[in-house]
Amino acid sequence: MTRQMTGAKMVVQALKDQGVDTVFGYPGGAVLPIYDEIFQQNGIRHYLVRHEQGAVHAAEGYARATGKPGVVLVTSGPGATNAVTGLTDALMDSIPIVVLTGQVPTFMIGSDAFQEADTVGITRPCTKHNWLVKDTDKLSGVLHEAFHVATTGRPGPVLVDIPKDVQFATGTYTEKAKTKVSHYQPQVKGDMETITQLVEAIETAERPVFYTGGGVINSGPAASQLLRELVEATGIPITSTLMGLGAYPASGKHWLGMLGMHGLYEANLAMHGCDLMINVGARFDDRITGRLDAFSPKSKKAHIDIDPSSINKVIKTDMPIIGDVGHVLEDILKVWKARGRKVNKEALQKWWSQIEKWRAVDCLKYKPSEKTIRPQYALDRLEQLTKGRDRYITTEVGQHQMWAAQYLGFEDPNRWMTSGGLGTMGYGTPASIGVQVAHPDALVINVAGEASWLMNMQEMGTAVQYRLPVKQFIMNNERLGMVRQWQELLHGERYSHSWSEALPDFVKLAEAFGCKGILCKDPADLDDAIMEMLDYDGPVIFDCLVEKHENCFPMIPSGEPHNKMLLGEASTKDAIGSKGAVMV
Amino acid sequence: MDDAPRSPRHIWKKKKIMSPLNIKKGSTKHSAYNLRPTFSDVQETHTLAVLVDNEPGVLARVIGLFSGRGYNIDSLTVAEVDHEGHTSRITIVTTGTPQVIEQIKAQLGRIVPVHEVHDLTVEGGSVERELSLIKVEGAGDKRVEALRLADIFRAQVVDSTLESFVFQITGTPEKVDAFIDLMRPLGLVEVARTGVAALSRGV
Repeated sequence: MTRQMTGAKMVVQALKDQGVDTVFGYPGGAVLPIYDEIFQQNGIRHYLVRHEQGAVHAAEGYARATGKPGVVLVTSGPGATNAVTGLTDALMDSIPIVVLTGQVPTFMIGSDAFQEADTVGITRPCTKHNWLVKDTDKLSGVLHEAFHVATTGRPGPVLVDIPKDVQFATGTYTEKAKTKVSHYQPQVKGDMETITQLVEAIETAERPVFYTGGGVINSGPAASQLLRELVEATGIPITSTLMGLGAYPASGKHWLGMLGMHGLYEANLAMHGCDLMINVGARFDDRITGRLDAFSPKSKKAHIDIDPSSINKVIKTDMPIIGDVGHVLEDILKVWKARGRKVNKEALQKWWSQIEKWRAVDCLKYKPSEKTIRPQYALDRLEQLTKGRDRYITTEVGQHQMWAAQYLGFEDPNRWMTSGGLGTMGYGTPASIGVQVAHPDALVINVAGEASWLMNMQEMGTAVQYRLPVKQFIMNNERLGMVRQWQELLHGERYSHSWSEALPDFVKLAEAFGCKGILCKDPADLDDAIMEMLDYDGPVIFDCLVEKHENCFPMIPSGEPHNKMLLGEASTKDAIGSKGAVMV
Repeated sequence: MDDAPRSPRHIWKKKKIMSPLNIKKGSTKHSAYNLRPTFSDVQETHTLAVLVDNEPGVLARVIGLFSGRGYNIDSLTVAEVDHEGHTSRITIVTTGTPQVIEQIKAQLGRIVPVHEVHDLTVEGGSVERELSLIKVEGAGDKRVEALRLADIFRAQVVDSTLESFVFQITGTPEKVDAFIDLMRPLGLVEVARTGVAALSRGV
């Protein structure tokens, strides 16, 4: 029996068939029929955001905290263009989201109609795929296909643009099961021959290291479990990118900490000195590699990635394995066990004692001050006071983000949401809302800088409206900290426009939003203030006044390799050469 | 005459240099894809055949990929080749280092409506043809010479006035280039080229 219904009803039906119960959105003229259908049902809960960018970031936070696709519904024109930053963010970080946009009716497309924009044209380079649906009969099929594309292979954002007349018209609904499966079926099983080669390399390697990334998280909790098993069984040290934190527990004894530009000394030197690098679901991003021609010069490199275009993109790979991290890790374990669980024990022991020497440098050490709150101290205390709780952390972008990655420990996957690839200031607040929607009873903290936080602070209205007790932990240095740091290192301490002379009173701002505000500027009060934030049953804006001119270390200056790390203030003079200066 | 503009033919020839195959012992299992040194600096010209769903925007996706990631397009042709299955074939001639060529293929493969990507330059022999319409204006000896050269190149006259011809020539891009070069001093007015269509040899 075929089911006839309007396009608007199809949208709601298709979302239900896809198991969607949460939508983030903002209504407007071109999506009114869909909003009317949402009004007349109970299966899908719609969260009204305050800005479309916030809707997409919230959906990203939701997706990353659950592993399910995030869904966004916005109107045509400005609704769609406001979603572009979020789409690009999700594309760079491989986050599955489905964005539905309204469009002017088909007969008005191309006429510069009110709130018309070429949405599929604008979003073509910032989605994994997008569709403009001109026929109601095809709408449900496209929606099912959209979910398939967003969630299979390397996940990413997709967009379906639905003209208003298509929403009003009646057509035939195609069930999810009956939708023609498209040819888009990425390879998930790795090549067994290369996997065996890698296992052989693991057996003999003297200085191996696992370099893991967001692909492990995207592959699902099973992949993290397999990674843990493999690391424990082989005793190989493991480091991770910003995106992969939590796949291996920070308390695990093989954990080296994050690597990269602001990564840990031991992690970066292990990458530089290793003879076998096993890249699991990471992409040799420029924040990780530093200078390419001096990147890990002595190592054989294996690269496990579901996206063939990641292989050999920047770093030559000796053992490319195209496939899903979970499947490939399972095969590696199977082959390694079948071959007798061998590792080069003696050499590994030596490797570990070398790593311990690097570790002894204790690159994250800092001296707490009695007068001002040092940002490292603030995060140290936040870590201590929230340890053991079911804790989700989102961040904005900048120094605070790097400090959070360095000083907070993540024990499980899907607990850490940050804008990695695109570096989107303003990501954290809406993302924290998305996470809290997914986990109403969990502790969700957005570690923020005041500048980033102001970019999407309007979303506090959303948090208050839906009683989402998100904690906004703002480390306020009254500066654009990372910009200021680079100006200090690179531009002769000429601080061009990197501070704000008119910051709001965050406590009053909190009151204006109808939530709680806390101000803390004395290190002696910090613990009590943090506890007050944690104990409060509702959203909190925590204004933590921190040291204004703190720099983020360790740091690999741009244009330098891993072994040229800067560890602190003394070593920063002329740190960035003219070649590095052109990089970001 | 040293500062005379170099003809496209010369540029083409220069680009056509292929890096030598570096066949490692025991690597026979793999296709020719893996045999070239991926990170060499040599610029190569490759002809890619891309089979896509003929849906709105698919060409924009392919072109947007090239412009967005800074790849070169030397020539591009597209037409629906299967009306029932709604598939189009895009033939792209592109230039880059082996690493860039491999990236282009992988990136093309990532586009959802792309079904197949074939690198005709490395997947055995292929035939390449291009069609061109060339308008030549002239009288007297030049007109006669143009006609004689057209005959040598097996170009057809598809339009004629007392002062002009339009020639239609089909062949490899090099042959078309050569013919255009010869027509230049004989009164070349206008050129329209289709770009390269290519198929692999054999089955």
